[in-house]
Amino acid sequence: VTITTATVAAAGGTARVARYGSMSRGRRRTLFWSYVFLILFVIFFLTPPAYMLITSLKTSAEISAATNPWWVYHPTLSNYIELLTQNQYLTFFRNSAIVSVCVVALTMVVSILAAFALARMRFWGSATLATGVFLTYLIPDTLLFIPLFKTFAFIHDKTGIELINHWWVLIILYPTLTVPFCTWIMIGYFASIPKELDEAALIDGAGYMQMLTRIFIPVAIPGIIAATIFCFTVSWANFLYPLAFTTSADQLVLPVGIVTTLIRGDVYNWGQIMTGALLGAAPPLIIYAFLMDYYISGLTAGATKG
Amino acid sequence: MADVVARDLRVARVERRITLHRFARRKSTIAFLMALPLIAIVACLVVYPALYSIHLATLNKSMQRFVGFGNFEFLFRRNTFWMVVEQSLLFAITAVIFKAVVGFVVAHFVHNLPAKGQRKWRGMLLIPWVIPPAMSTLAWLWLFDPSYSAFNWFFAHLGVPQVAWLGNPYWARFCVILVNVWVGSPFFMIMYLAALKSVPEQLHEAAAIDGANWFQKIWYINIPMMRNIIQITALFSLIVTFANFDIVKILTNGGPVDQTHVFATWAFTLAIWGNDIPLGASVSLFMAPILAIAAFFILRNVRRRGNEA
Repeated sequence: VTITTATVAAAGGTARVARYGSMSRGRRRTLFWSYVFLILFVIFFLTPPAYMLITSLKTSAEISAATNPWWVYHPTLSNYIELLTQNQYLTFFRNSAIVSVCVVALTMVVSILAAFALARMRFWGSATLATGVFLTYLIPDTLLFIPLFKTFAFIHDKTGIELINHWWVLIILYPTLTVPFCTWIMIGYFASIPKELDEAALIDGAGYMQMLTRIFIPVAIPGIIAATIFCFTVSWANFLYPLAFTTSADQLVLPVGIVTTLIRGDVYNWGQIMTGALLGAAPPLIIYAFLMDYYISGLTAGATKG
Repeated sequence: MADVVARDLRVARVERRITLHRFARRKSTIAFLMALPLIAIVACLVVYPALYSIHLATLNKSMQRFVGFGNFEFLFRRNTFWMVVEQSLLFAITAVIFKAVVGFVVAHFVHNLPAKGQRKWRGMLLIPWVIPPAMSTLAWLWLFDPSYSAFNWFFAHLGVPQVAWLGNPYWARFCVILVNVWVGSPFFMIMYLAALKSVPEQLHEAAAIDGANWFQKIWYINIPMMRNIIQITALFSLIVTFANFDIVKILTNGGPVDQTHVFATWAFTLAIWGNDIPLGASVSLFMAPILAIAAFFILRNVRRRGNEA
């Protein structure tokens, strides 16, 4: 019965399909194999995070023992306690959090203003600029870090301002990744708001700023949430910029901090590494768990809108 | 009396034109000011460095002297460089193909499910994309560990010979591609699932009446209907994969003996560790051509769809 209703739902309300026995049997078989293969894919997709969790609950002795690596015989939270009482790891976490929050705030202000101007107000060269923003989104960080590194060294030579090896320099760097994309998807969202709304606002005597804050921002809230999530995940996860620009242990952010401080030479403390990685992956995962639909709409908006 | 009224009208009209003009000018000025932070960020932090890296690539190691194409000549004579070219292409193309195939297959399986349960499965299948790649690659590194590999534990129980995952060049190449496919295919799955939802169900019904089997339905209906999304997702992914850094850096760091280096990781090694910034810049510039080609096609695609809408 459930399969019949499911096919009805899938076929968009055409109940005709379900009446033929052979077809419904075919559907049932499709459904069965779909579940079988999906379970296999879920196992493939969830093995590494599951293994992170398994390892994080083990002691070093158990990790190096020749027992089944996929099972925890003596679960313990000692890795978590050790990391969370350690100043160093908390510093990474704090640096990451401050950087991400600042980058999100900066990016959203810049890209909402610019997207509003580009989508609605238009000025000389605004169409070209919109395309240009999209193109800059395609330039990867791996192409930009060398010239930026050199430029920062040059600024230090000329003005004495040391930009390298400070965590806050990431607040300057991450917008290169987030601003073009967020502007691009905000242009898409703003362009989809009907023109009648801003005409009505203009007739009522609203200025452009009022139009933006009273109409566009409230109407485009789903888009703003999606862009904010994107921004946060990107700045939380970036690995190249902090690896190139920060070196002292107290200036590192999470991904680089875990890789460089928990691996000492050839000694891998896997219990702590996995715990650190799992805790580091937690904020994006928690956001994703609560705002999955916004997350997905942000993902698809990048390529389908515009 | 009459001409006074007429003159008043004319004055009013002229005045209105002036205010309108001023208004328009003011509007565009405000718009420009609103876009100014964006222009500043893009110009200073993206456009300028991109052009500066071209300049850097023409300097000698101490950045004192202009050497023209000297760095490139030096690179072309080095075996490692050609190895990196080969590995970058192999890595990017294979990974994108497998990501697309896995994403396509999984999207179809999810689409077959009853609408109510899809959300849950989609949620689970997207997790690899949500975890920061640096963190999940650490988990893979541990799964591939030479002495405690959890995969080898299975193999030992099945009687299959042990695999030196990251020690053997061929296996190491396989591993970096595998991890990349693992991270990236959920993105393809989401995009293709969204595209599948837009394929009208009537087409499948008509095909079923004509006696089409599942493969014909996919080949003659789904793929042509999804072509746009398939193309654009693959192009986006090609750019990102070609510029990939995190996975190779953490998993193999280019080893064994530089066999798994891609442009990004080799440029990093040369510029930051080797302290040869111009050479690193030259290497990273090799990412630009493929980027330009992909950007051209994406832009054409976006424009075309913009015109349709």
